Amino acid sequence: MAEITIDGIAKSFGATRALEQIDLTVADGEFVALLGPSGCGKTTLLRIIAGLESATSGRIVIGGRDLTEVPTRRRGLAMVFQNYAVFPHMNVYENVAFGLRMQGADEARIKARVGKATELLHITPYLDRYPAKLSGGQRQRVAVARALAVEPPVLLMDEPLSNLDALLRLEMRAELKAVLREARTTTIYVTHDQTEAMGLADRIAVMHGGRIEQIDRPTAVYERPATTFVGGFVGSPPMNFLPVTIANSRLELPGASLPAPQASGALLMGIRAEDLTPVADGEGLPFDIAVVEPLGAHDLVTGRSGQTLLRVAAPAGSGHKPGTRIGLKPDPKRLVWMDPASGRAIQAQ
Amino acid sequence: MSGLKRTVFWTGVAALCAWVLVPIWLIGLGAFGGRTGVFRWPKSLWPGDASLAALQTFLAVEGVWPAMVNSIIAALTCMALSIGLGAPAGYALARFSFRGQNTYRLLILLTRAFPLAILALPLTVAFIRIGLYDTAFGVGLVHTALALPFAALVSASLFQAIPRELEEAAWVFGCSRWQAFRKVVLPLALPGIAAAAIFAFVISWNEVFAASVLSVKNRTLTAYLLTVLAESPLHFRFAGGFLLILPSLAFIFAVRKYLFAMWGIANR
Repeated sequence: MAEITIDGIAKSFGATRALEQIDLTVADGEFVALLGPSGCGKTTLLRIIAGLESATSGRIVIGGRDLTEVPTRRRGLAMVFQNYAVFPHMNVYENVAFGLRMQGADEARIKARVGKATELLHITPYLDRYPAKLSGGQRQRVAVARALAVEPPVLLMDEPLSNLDALLRLEMRAELKAVLREARTTTIYVTHDQTEAMGLADRIAVMHGGRIEQIDRPTAVYERPATTFVGGFVGSPPMNFLPVTIANSRLELPGASLPAPQASGALLMGIRAEDLTPVADGEGLPFDIAVVEPLGAHDLVTGRSGQTLLRVAAPAGSGHKPGTRIGLKPDPKRLVWMDPASGRAIQAQ
Repeated sequence: MSGLKRTVFWTGVAALCAWVLVPIWLIGLGAFGGRTGVFRWPKSLWPGDASLAALQTFLAVEGVWPAMVNSIIAALTCMALSIGLGAPAGYALARFSFRGQNTYRLLILLTRAFPLAILALPLTVAFIRIGLYDTAFGVGLVHTALALPFAALVSASLFQAIPRELEEAAWVFGCSRWQAFRKVVLPLALPGIAAAAIFAFVISWNEVFAASVLSVKNRTLTAYLLTVLAESPLHFRFAGGFLLILPSLAFIFAVRKYLFAMWGIANR
């Protein structure tokens, strides 16, 4: 169990800056997801924490110990790799026991810990098998068991589910959450999949272009994105952003008047697809329907309001037709206002 | 497999086996069949009057045994040095990026561009000065120069094929660089390294030019046979040839299990 402090970590590869001054504190036992598109620096940050990559500047402190100059093997971490990296020449038992053997644990302790970890991940029947004889999901379990067997203070996971097929990923996600809650290990989890981050993490750090754009609880990141990037990246469909003009601290729409955080000028109104309610034409925002996708739980309606593309989650079977015009009523409590120039959220008063 | 595919497959297998086995069989017939067996036609499958006479006579020829010992010393020297120097060079090429990496790779290959015939005279002079002339170890050194580029490049591609994450995982779980190499990389690379070692051994065992030039009394088997067998009857030459291929065959059989990947590299 340990707290992780990432203090001003920066990384350059030659002239390109991969990470710009990252500051992040992960509380003891907390699960933080680093979420971002490929190339945002999330994996680089994780590798710096593991010591597999060296930072250009900044410090990594874990459990009060400055690890910046400490080699990987003495950091006492555990890691799950994207391609699992289970050792092909060792059977499942030896794979899971690997970290314990390196610590010089005695055979009885190894046996107990391996038993516990493999039981937790339901791979006890395969202890004698070699990885070549295991499925992708089973190898993944071995990789997680190997990491948990050392009872690490900090667990690092680098897109551990991305090589699994969709159904298995869903199953493993739920299982991983249960297993990690039981282990109560401080975890940093790298992913580009926002549902994974939302589902697993206590807090999500959304990264973009080598910076942390926002770090908050999943629901807060979803509902109150700090930047237009976060709003567009987190959530499916992405958040709608509509350019509007404010007068007298209010946004006037036909049949609706919404309070705005500034007196006048241009703003971006950010709103989620499910917070726009379809109403009759002439009320609210005018909306020209282009495509209707029935997704089962709801209908995803795509169209234009003026020049802006909007996506609306309408109730299933609501019978909207492409080519018709309806009105949209935004939920005033769930609006986010953004500065159009900086793309940053404006705190509502 | 369909009928046609099966036929093509087994024809291919038969052709490959024949490619290797027919010459060995012919040499065997010549070696065991005695004077008459060499000239008999059609050839029998098994030498009817099989006798070890030719082999025994051959082995009794003065100097064969010391020559064989020399050959083995030279081949083992070549093998040990090629792998001992080539495998680390290959690891460096595979895992570290350094300035001039591609030039280095090319230079390794270019060492094979010098014809041994051109090197022979200066090498002889140098070896006489250092005191390596006419020793099996000296011949082994020259053979190392022949086998080393191959060993380095083969082991580079071997190490490249082992995912870096496996090594990183070993580091994360407490291994030093060396421990990770020994516990994870080496076991996975061993089949390939064994193959490269065999190749180095065989290169040295078969090499005759450098061996002839660089030794006078302490000849390797190939160099010795070249001088002795020129004046021998044909079945003695077959006996000599048979003895020449025997150690290579035995060696390949001994390490054959490493030649087949025991564990497919399961990742990716």
